[in-house]
Amino acid sequence: MSDMSYVRSEMLPERAPPASSVGVVGWMRQNLFSGIVNSILTIVSLILIYMVLAAILPWVFSPTWNGTSQNDCREIVGNGHHAACWGVINDRWQQLLFGFYPNGSEGGADQRWRPIVAFALLFVAVTPVLFNMISRRMNWVLLLAVLGLTGLYLGGAVGMIVGLVLLGAAGFVGFKALSTDKEARAAEIEAGAKRLPNPLIFSAIYPFIAPWLLWGGTIWLPIAAALGFVIGYFAFVFASRALGSLIGIIVAVVAAIIWWMVLTSVFANAVDSILPIGLEAVESRKFGGFMLSITIGVVAIACSLPIGIVLALGRQSDLMIVKALCVGFIEFIRGVPLITLLFVASTLLNIFMPPGTNFDIILRVLIMVTLFASAYMAEVIRGGLAALPRGQYEAADALGLDYWKAQRLIIMPQALKISIPGIVSTFIGVFKDTTLVSIIGLLDPLGLSNAIRADQAWNGLVWELYGFIALLFFVFCFSMSRYSMYLERRLHTGHR
Amino acid sequence: MYHMTSMTDPHQGQFRLSMLLYDSRYRSMTIQIIALIGFLILVFWLISNTAQNLADLGKQPSFGFMSEPAGYDINQRLLDYNSQDTHLRASLMGLLNTLLVAALGCIAATIIGVVMGVLRLSPNWIVSRLAAVYVEMFRNVPVLLWIVFTMAILIETLPAPSAFRKGEAAMKLWDTVAVTNRGVYIPEPLFSNSLGNIHLFGQSSLRFDVSLDLLAIAFVFFGGLFISRIIKRRADATQEATGDRPTTWYWRLGVVVIPTAVVLTLLGLHWGYPELKGFNFKGGTHMRNSLIALWLALSLYTGAFIAEIVRAGIMAVSKGQSEAAGALGLRSNRIMSLVILPQALRVIIPPLISNYLNLTKNSSLAIAVGYMDITGTLGGITMNQTGRELETVLLLMAVYLVISLTISGVMNWYNESVKLKER
Repeated sequence: MSDMSYVRSEMLPERAPPASSVGVVGWMRQNLFSGIVNSILTIVSLILIYMVLAAILPWVFSPTWNGTSQNDCREIVGNGHHAACWGVINDRWQQLLFGFYPNGSEGGADQRWRPIVAFALLFVAVTPVLFNMISRRMNWVLLLAVLGLTGLYLGGAVGMIVGLVLLGAAGFVGFKALSTDKEARAAEIEAGAKRLPNPLIFSAIYPFIAPWLLWGGTIWLPIAAALGFVIGYFAFVFASRALGSLIGIIVAVVAAIIWWMVLTSVFANAVDSILPIGLEAVESRKFGGFMLSITIGVVAIACSLPIGIVLALGRQSDLMIVKALCVGFIEFIRGVPLITLLFVASTLLNIFMPPGTNFDIILRVLIMVTLFASAYMAEVIRGGLAALPRGQYEAADALGLDYWKAQRLIIMPQALKISIPGIVSTFIGVFKDTTLVSIIGLLDPLGLSNAIRADQAWNGLVWELYGFIALLFFVFCFSMSRYSMYLERRLHTGHR
Repeated sequence: MYHMTSMTDPHQGQFRLSMLLYDSRYRSMTIQIIALIGFLILVFWLISNTAQNLADLGKQPSFGFMSEPAGYDINQRLLDYNSQDTHLRASLMGLLNTLLVAALGCIAATIIGVVMGVLRLSPNWIVSRLAAVYVEMFRNVPVLLWIVFTMAILIETLPAPSAFRKGEAAMKLWDTVAVTNRGVYIPEPLFSNSLGNIHLFGQSSLRFDVSLDLLAIAFVFFGGLFISRIIKRRADATQEATGDRPTTWYWRLGVVVIPTAVVLTLLGLHWGYPELKGFNFKGGTHMRNSLIALWLALSLYTGAFIAEIVRAGIMAVSKGQSEAAGALGLRSNRIMSLVILPQALRVIIPPLISNYLNLTKNSSLAIAVGYMDITGTLGGITMNQTGRELETVLLLMAVYLVISLTISGVMNWYNESVKLKER
């Protein structure tokens, strides 16, 4: 029987694929030379890449980092060679980053640590909102570390001690956070271990810290401004208990506005005269460079978020007049270019205000850019609201929640979560658009590059400055857009 | 049911003031009236402040300055203009320049965007990476930076007209186009048997000439297109009736090309080439650097966004659609035109038009390179010369608002017409 079988009784071993379809060769055959058209495209692309790199690279790699002027650079690279003069960046990069923020050259202390700390704290403040894979304790580690490093930098006996203590605390919490994993921590909390406070507390007080760090002045002013919210809250609690929630809201808003308009500066001055604590005040006109761009971008986005929410709700509401007002505002702002709004800031805003008011140009630009951003923000949030299934609204109604409770507890948390990628995109757009302020004469990086070019030593240098500015913008915007894409992917997987 | 409603109906008691707040029938009305009153107070406050401030400055708001002589020159313009003309005419030149660069930019951005969007989906690794590099490079750097950068490239790297005299530079495309650092000179069409112009609106600020030559050419060309459509429709009818499609492409091409060519010959079309005379080029159409820089930068910047839209649009059509069409026996070009494109366009067109809108608004950055668009004329020199900030900025905003609303009106109309008709 066995001699009759001519059919193979066992499988042949798999043979290795031919050399031309695996490894580098196989990959190239598949992706670069899979046909005549593809081969031509590949060769054309390679030639193109070679030409661009051959033109740019020798220019970029020039040993002129220490050149002190354009002529100096020319001597370094030798006559006839066309090469970059990086000395201008070496000489002016601090100005391109900080503008004319006090650096100690005109007497007084170097204040540039303040924008750096404000920026680092901004990162700490947004992490609990934007990166939910960072644990609560790591967030506190970040905060303590930033504050500790600031203390060490400021030096002095007090600064040293406070800095070391804070860094030690950061190290301790960080070590504990790294040594216990998620499940163990959950068990600890279950057993009654104390949790650290929610880091969102810091996110909430950051809006008062940042302006104080940037503009300086007495610390009592931001504290007084924050007190306005406390006063509004208590007014709401008492008034709504006596008169109902709608009246309560009105009373709270009126009380807070009266506090801010009339009493804040009085209170701040009074306390400051008793207990003067503060930083050296820095005028807005000294702001410049990327610090100005980031300040305008962050302030505009932060302030436009609540306005945008209100506008989006107004646009979605059944109240005809409210809806008409919101649609009119949004469409008007979106219909005109930002530059016309900046013209309003530079020439008209003072005319619209009561006679005698005169606030500085950066504040006016901030107001107009905020209005601009809030119209776009409203559309982003409206998209988030529209993406929520109707069942969510109906379920909130079925639970008997009133309009504001439904928005606060059910609708907004979900709608805002869906909108985060859109909000980040809006932020990228606004951040890029801050370059427009150079047209009305503010010293953002582009405006500064014109000023630097007017200098005798760097007369007429274009590529180096534009290249540096473009690179910094690219790094910022590209990383944010990657983040937003990552977020979009993450939001897609979850069920909404 | 009737009893139920009558039971839950609120009792029709006497109207009390508190019902304005606590009765849901009146509450929304109350809130709206409060909102309206608040809005009116705000508007009134702004207007009274403005009136007070302007009175203090001794300025009476009026648009009379628009009919005063402008006194400045506009170097790139589409209609005739001199510095004795009014501010109104200067603004009109600016508006036409805005529309010109917006139209040129939208066309170029669409071409660039479609090509790059398709290349990003290419199976060729290098090509798709190159397209991705292009998209990220342009999307993540401010458009204003691109505009001034392009302007710097044009000024610094292109040869001066004097280089052409010394023989260091040569004209391109068989000596018809001169690319210099003062702009590009291209041939212009001239007619030796011109029919002349119709002059409209006399000597007013809105005057313009309509070229009868162009009218005649347009008439013949579009007439040809119309006849060609009739031929197509009859061929369609024949195909429906008999199943055979008559070959008509030479008829359809002929009725468009031949009459147009005859008219062009009768008008005596010839080209006026740029020539180097003295220190500069004369003849031909001069496109200034500012126009070219703005055009290039805006189209490359917007093209990067359009590339992403096109990519998303094509990827949005599921593979099953083309496979199903193939299973029905359609050829690949028919699959593209009958199945893929109609579905992809529904995704592509709305964001595409909003990008056209952005490009138009971004063209206001012309002021950075000295291109005299409406922001450069009305919002720039006119505002500075007359000191009428309020009036000029309001006019400027109104102009852009009209442009934007027109474009978004077109978008809404299109969206309605291609919306999936669900039954």
